[in-house]
Amino acid sequence: MKPFIAKSGRGKILALPIFFAALFASSQLLAQETGDHQYTTEAIQAGSRVYTQQCALCHGPQGAAVDGVDLRRGQFRTATSDDDLRTVISQGAAEGRMPAFNLAATEMDGVIAYIRAGFDPDGVAVRIGDPARGQTLFEGKGECADCHRVNGVGPRTAPDLSDIGAIRTPASLQRNLLDPATALLPINRPVRLVTRNEETIVGRRLNEDTYTVQVIDSNERLRSLRKSDLVTYEISDAPSKQPTTLSSEEVADVIGYLLTLRGL
Amino acid sequence: MKSSLKASLISCCAIVSFAIAQVSIAQVPYERILNAADEPENWLTYNGGYSAQRHSSLDQINADNVNDLKLQWTLQNQVFGAWQSNPIIVDGIMYVTERPNSVMAVDAVTGRVFWKYRHTPAENALVCCGANNRGVAVLGDMVYMGTLDARLVALDRVNGQPLWDVEVGDVNLAYSVTMAPLAVKDKIIVGVGGGEFGIRGYVAAYDALTGEQAWKTYTIPGPGEPNHDSWEGDDWEHGGAPVWITGSFDPDLNLTYWGVGNPGPDWNAGQRPGDNLYSDSAIALDADTGELKWYFQFTPNDAYDYDSVQVPVLADMVWRGTPKKVMMWANRNGYFYVLDRVSGEFLEGKPYVTVNWSSGLDENGRPIPTPQPEGMPTYPGNQGGTNWYPPSYSPRTGLFYFSAWKDYATIYRAEESEYIPGRAFLGGGFSVLAPAPGAPTVGIGRTNPINNWTSEVGHASLKAMDPQTGEAVWSYDQFDVSDSGMLTTGSDLLFTGGREGYFHAIDAANGDLLWNVNLGGQIVMAPVTFMVDGVQYVSVISGHALSTFALPNQ
Repeated sequence: MKPFIAKSGRGKILALPIFFAALFASSQLLAQETGDHQYTTEAIQAGSRVYTQQCALCHGPQGAAVDGVDLRRGQFRTATSDDDLRTVISQGAAEGRMPAFNLAATEMDGVIAYIRAGFDPDGVAVRIGDPARGQTLFEGKGECADCHRVNGVGPRTAPDLSDIGAIRTPASLQRNLLDPATALLPINRPVRLVTRNEETIVGRRLNEDTYTVQVIDSNERLRSLRKSDLVTYEISDAPSKQPTTLSSEEVADVIGYLLTLRGL
Repeated sequence: MKSSLKASLISCCAIVSFAIAQVSIAQVPYERILNAADEPENWLTYNGGYSAQRHSSLDQINADNVNDLKLQWTLQNQVFGAWQSNPIIVDGIMYVTERPNSVMAVDAVTGRVFWKYRHTPAENALVCCGANNRGVAVLGDMVYMGTLDARLVALDRVNGQPLWDVEVGDVNLAYSVTMAPLAVKDKIIVGVGGGEFGIRGYVAAYDALTGEQAWKTYTIPGPGEPNHDSWEGDDWEHGGAPVWITGSFDPDLNLTYWGVGNPGPDWNAGQRPGDNLYSDSAIALDADTGELKWYFQFTPNDAYDYDSVQVPVLADMVWRGTPKKVMMWANRNGYFYVLDRVSGEFLEGKPYVTVNWSSGLDENGRPIPTPQPEGMPTYPGNQGGTNWYPPSYSPRTGLFYFSAWKDYATIYRAEESEYIPGRAFLGGGFSVLAPAPGAPTVGIGRTNPINNWTSEVGHASLKAMDPQTGEAVWSYDQFDVSDSGMLTTGSDLLFTGGREGYFHAIDAANGDLLWNVNLGGQIVMAPVTFMVDGVQYVSVISGHALSTFALPNQ
C-alpha cells in the first residue's frame, strides 16, 4: 500500500498563489496604539532581532517548537515572572536542553519584551473597538456563534474560540474576518471523506498521519479513519465561511471582543 | 592528568602480567570492526561497518514472517528530548547513550541495565540544536563517548568506570562533540560541533589506550595552507565547518571520509566571500596522519545552512560498465551525488527534490547558483532535502535509501553578524514557507502528538536511489517529515521510521509496506539489527523508548 490515496484537494492547496512567512508578515505594519504591555516598541524590536539570532533555531519562529513551551502564548515549563525568564535564559534549564545564554542586559530585556509582547515586533495598526458591542455582533448579526463555541456555549464544528485572544494577534483576527481564504490554517480546512461503506463524513481535521486521519464531523463526533478505508478524501481550499459583511467599525468591535477571550 | 594516567596504565601492565594477557584477548580488536560484515550478529560501529552501508546480512526476519514480529523489551529514557543515539551491540551487550552524556550497558535480550555512567557536561556547554549524543564507539575493552562540553571519555566496557577523559575542544568557545566516535586501528577519531557559534572545525584522532592526541586536521585551512585563499581576512578563524556526524573508512586506501558542515555565519554568505573551503565538503583524511588527500565541495559559499554532515556511504560496484570504488551522498542541498572515493572525482549529481538555489551542476559537480530574490522561498529549505539521518545501501538491491523532505522551503534573511566568542554566529534568520500567515510549520523535531502543521509545509519521502542513474527507483511518502535513518537486511527488508512514530518494514526492492507498528514517539535515528543465541533482533528508538523486536519461537 502506498500512502496518499485519492487526496484530490491536495494539489489545489499547494497551488495557492500567495504564500506568507510568519516572521515577515507584520514587518510593514505600523505600531499598535492600544499598548497593553509595559515594554517599549524599541525594546520589543531589539528583542525580535535577539530572538531570531539566538532563540528561533530551537524555539521556532512561532516560539512553540519546544515541547511544553509556547513562548508567544506565555506557556513556560517553570518560569512565571520576568525574573524567572531571566534565570532560565542566563543559566539554562532542563538538563542542558535549554543552554545558558550570555546576553547583554539590553538584549535580555528586549527578548523578554518580545516574548511578553506575543512576538509582535511592530504591533499592528488594527482598530480595536468595543468588546460589549463586539459580543453582541458575534452572537447575532455577525453569525459567528452559528459555528464557533465560546466558554462552553455554541457548536463545536468550527474551532472553539474561548482562548483566541491569547493565541492570535489583532492583525490575524482581522485577516480571518476579512479574507478567510488566506488566513485559514491548513489544519482547519474543511474535509469531505467517503468510506468504502459509502458513508460521507464532512468535518474538520484534528490530526493526521500517513495512514490515518482524525476529524470532528458535522455531528460533533470524534472520528478516526484509516485512509485505506476511504474511497474519497478531499481537503477543500475554500473555507466554510465567507468574508464578513460587517462594517469596518463592526469588525473592530468583534476584534475587541475576541481579544477579551483569554481562556481559563 | 593525561600523562600520569598513561604512566599508571603502563606500570600497571608491566607489573601485573595477566593484565597483558587481558589486552591480548581484548573483546573488540580492530580486526573485528574491520571484518564486521562477517559477524552480522553484532553491530560494532556507528554505521554497522566501515563502509557505512547500514546493511546486515541477517535474514531470519523476512517478508513472509515480518508480520509476526513481537515486542521483546522496552528501555525507557530517563530524560526528555529527541533520543538520537545509535546502539552498539557486542556479544549480547548493547551500549547506548542517553542525554546529555550517559552511557548504559544493557542486556540485549532482556533490556536490563548492567551499568550506567553519567558525565555531567560543563554548565557553559552550548549546542545549537539539542543536547544530543549519537552513540559510542567500542575498541579493545573500552567504550568511547564524545561529550557536549567537547571532551572524549574512555570507559571500561565491563564496569563503566572512566579510564581517561581528555579535552577535544574549548567549551568556552562552544565546541562540542555530539557524534559517535570512529575507532580505526589504535585510534579514536572525532569531529567537533559548533557551526552556529563561529568555531573553526576539525577532526582529531586520539590514542585509544591513553587518550593522547595523535593528529588534528582543521576543516578550514590556515595561512600558508592550500585553499586558505578561499576565505578573506580573518573569516577563516571563526568560519564554522564543523564535523558532527561519524565518518567512514576504506582500509585498502587507508582513508577516512568525513562530511563537513556549514560555514559561519550561516545565512550571510556575503559576509564571508570565497568558496569557504572545506565547509559543505566531503574530505578524505589519511587514517594514520590525518593528512588531507582530497576534498569535494558540494555547496561553495553556502547561504542556506546546507551542512554536508551526511554519512559518506562506500561501495565497490561496476558503475556504468567500469569497476569503481564509489561514495554515494544524498546531500542536504537537494542533490544526490556519486563520487570516486579514490580521487574525489565527481561522477554524477542530480536533484532528488525541488531545487531552486541552483539550476544544476557543471561537469565538475560545481553548482550553478540561482539565489532567490529577497523574501522568496528557497528549495530545499533550511533543514535540507535530507540531513544527518543515516542512509543505507543494499549491495543486494544496488539501491541507496534515505529520508528526504519534499515540498519544504524556507525564506532566508541575511544580516551582518559580529563574531563574539562563544555566542551564536548566524548572520540572519529564516522562516519556513507556510500556506497561511502564522500557520504552524515544521521545526527541528516533533514536539507534540498533534500534526497541526500539515503536509503542505513539507513531508517525508523515502527515496530508493539507483546510483547508476541518479534517479529514484521508488519513493515512499509520509504525511509528516522524517529524520529517521535506514537499515537494510539480507532478506531485503528496509526498516525505518519517522516523526509520526510508525516503525516500518518496507520491501527494499519495490517499496511495498510489509509491516508497521505505531510506537508513538518520533524516530530520529536508524534501527539496528543483531542476533543473540540464534534469534535475530531489531531495535529502534521512538520518542523516549528503545524497543526491541524479534520473532516468537525462534
